[in-house]
Amino acid sequence: MLEVKGLTGGYGNKAVLDSVSFDVHKGELFGILGPNGSGKTTLLSMLSGVLDYKVGSIRIRGRDLKEYSAKHLAQVIAVLPQHSSLAFSYTVKETVSLGRYAHQTGWFHSWTSEDEVIVQRVMKQTGVADFQDLHFERLSGGERQRVLLAQALAQEPEILFLDEPTNHLDLSYQKELLDLMRKMAKELELTVISIFHDLNLAGLYCDRLMLLEKGQIQVINVPNEVLQQERIQEVYRTTIEKHPHPALPKPQMFIVPEKHVCDFAPLEINETYLTVGTEIIQLNSPIPLRTMSSGVTGSGTGWHQHFVNRHVHRDYNYEDHFAEMADFLKTHGFEPQETVGMMTAVFLDTVAFKFLRDDDFSVFIIVTAGVGNAIDASLADQHSWISTPGTINTWIFVNGHMAEEAFIHSIVTATEAKVKALHDLRVLDKVTNTVATGTSTDSILIAATQRGKALQYAGTITPLGKLISRGVYDCTVEAIKKNRKRIEEL
Amino acid sequence: MPNQSIRTYLTTKWAFAYLIALLFLLFAMTIGISFGSVSVPIPALIQIIGKEFFHLPISVEPDVMLTNIVMNIRLPRVLLAGLVGASLAIAGAAFQGLLRNPLADPYTLGISSGASVGAVLTLFLNISLPLIGLYTLPTLSIMFSLLTIFCVLTFARKMDRSMKVETIILTGIIFSSFLSAFISLMIALTGEELRQIIGWLMGSVSMRGWNYIAIILPFFIIGSLILIMNTQELNAMTFGEDRAKHLGVNVQRRKMWILIAGSILTGAAVAVSGTIGFVGLVIPHLVRRIWGPDHKHLLPLSLLVGSGFLILADLVARTIIAPSELPIGVITSLIGAPAFALILLKRRREG
Repeated sequence: MLEVKGLTGGYGNKAVLDSVSFDVHKGELFGILGPNGSGKTTLLSMLSGVLDYKVGSIRIRGRDLKEYSAKHLAQVIAVLPQHSSLAFSYTVKETVSLGRYAHQTGWFHSWTSEDEVIVQRVMKQTGVADFQDLHFERLSGGERQRVLLAQALAQEPEILFLDEPTNHLDLSYQKELLDLMRKMAKELELTVISIFHDLNLAGLYCDRLMLLEKGQIQVINVPNEVLQQERIQEVYRTTIEKHPHPALPKPQMFIVPEKHVCDFAPLEINETYLTVGTEIIQLNSPIPLRTMSSGVTGSGTGWHQHFVNRHVHRDYNYEDHFAEMADFLKTHGFEPQETVGMMTAVFLDTVAFKFLRDDDFSVFIIVTAGVGNAIDASLADQHSWISTPGTINTWIFVNGHMAEEAFIHSIVTATEAKVKALHDLRVLDKVTNTVATGTSTDSILIAATQRGKALQYAGTITPLGKLISRGVYDCTVEAIKKNRKRIEEL
Repeated sequence: MPNQSIRTYLTTKWAFAYLIALLFLLFAMTIGISFGSVSVPIPALIQIIGKEFFHLPISVEPDVMLTNIVMNIRLPRVLLAGLVGASLAIAGAAFQGLLRNPLADPYTLGISSGASVGAVLTLFLNISLPLIGLYTLPTLSIMFSLLTIFCVLTFARKMDRSMKVETIILTGIIFSSFLSAFISLMIALTGEELRQIIGWLMGSVSMRGWNYIAIILPFFIIGSLILIMNTQELNAMTFGEDRAKHLGVNVQRRKMWILIAGSILTGAAVAVSGTIGFVGLVIPHLVRRIWGPDHKHLLPLSLLVGSGFLILADLVARTIIAPSELPIGVITSLIGAPAFALILLKRRREG
């Protein structure tokens, strides 16, 4: 559809682009990325025939760009500009109708019923039909952008060039515009070539991306290959982090703001932040902590500041225990969004906690443990599925900067320590009469301050793993013993 | 069919617009011919026109003196005023669209002054080019108009690549002042009587006769036709030259044609009537306010309204301090300069 070979040139004598070559196929959504001044807009100006070039060639549908007349070119390519100002106030419909210019013939440009049908159709597609009689200058930036898109679509192009199309649009219209572009690319084989500032949007929608750096092509490939953390950091000269999109197999890049001095102040989560009551055990951190947990609220990964372990009656049974827990937290002054909440049927005064320190990091571990419904995991299929409140709740607070894999290591290590504790105390599964490995509804929380020492691993023999194994084992043993004693007293 | 009704409504809207503009022109022509030192009653006027132009078998023989006044003095004068007004208004509308600038007109851009230099050269140095004879005057005026507009635009681009509205106007005024001084110098050197020349410079359509209509008419037709063939292009260029190119307009060529047509119209108008300011500014502005900026209609409507306007302005100029006459440019400037100021003020507030 579009072939560019050795394109070199720019404004005046200054060459902005340096031998750029690439192909774009029919029906492809092709994204152009690059930092400011990398030549994106210059390239687009050349491709759309506005800016002349001396060296290299641009071929559209197998014909050289320079062989096209202005009118013929406008029947093949259309451009959605980044911004547009108007000297006089046309109505939306008049503005969109201008898109038909290239298709009109004769000296006086007669307006056919086909023109009218197309203009009405594109106005509907872009959602501007409702205000077609309003004046362009009275519209918001986003509405103007959509009117200009309608104008470009009225040209019925085969290739559509977009220059940062989402610039003036709010979130829902960004999505709508790009969804429309992708739909037109797939269904009508419209070729879309777009400049993007937003790497994530580009990654989500484009089939292929081209990254420009100082007027040269750094890479052309599928989004996942182009959006590599090291490459983007190097080209854009800034710190970013790459993570998978939560719903799609697409990469997402996140900028990390420069940290302020106070963000580095040492912080140690320990006993002083912990309050043990009869109804809840709570730990309130002064800053949000990076968490990975299996609590009732705040489960999965996230950032949380408050941690609640709630005592509920043995017969606690609610249809929607998530909503009930959220209501409970709210009435106790916790924002559910910021809180990891767990439940237990054990008495909270049987809690065991321990602070352990290594050279330059530390962990604080809190365990409540009741083993009434202890289970041997290897024989779990002999149990029926009933969701009762978790009975061994393990909290691990790490004063250090943990990598994502360290969180997962920590869960494994903590679980192994818990199993060992149950084993040593000969806690039995009442159904199978074998040694239990946990209870049916155990919960775990790993929370890290993300300050101080970087902790990459937490396997059992790593420094962090050693503290976790020791702490979880000791606390679990202590909590089970305390709980047994408490039950005997009753 | 809602579409059908919308289109019918639009057709009606435009038909109505043209009807109003035509009636205005007809009204202006009628009173323009009828009023004056000797007033021509309208029934007599109808008889004269009917007899002279359509050779109707009218029983009553019209008064010979009145026929003389109408046919040799009033009618050519009104037609000339109408043609000049039409030329300046349509040229103004085109310049405004091309330069995306509601303050542009042949006068503010300095084109009128350029044309004056050509006209003054011809008139006061008695130049007559071989072959074209009578048309030496408009030809030189047009050539100087073209030269001026290219100088103004080149200079404005040098000052400010984005060609801001104010930059172009400022450049126009600089060129205008320079050229006016040049004209004064030429006049001083030829030693003619100053009052007559100033009268000419301020613009007038008096005592010109049919000759002058013959001079302006071909240029008027050619210029207007070229512009009316470029209305869609003008619409597109309102969005900026790059955008117009995206839409398929051959910007370089079309721009050239519009500038040439505008200069032809201005040059010819100045050649027959001197510099009459602000018609090209006020009329398109007014038409745009009433009927919208679509050049397809803006240009023809400006032509009609501008024509009627200048006929009325001429009527005022020759009757307000009768028996002497004011230069017509005095009237148009009295109306045009405040309008210019108002548009400028409004733009500033909005910008």
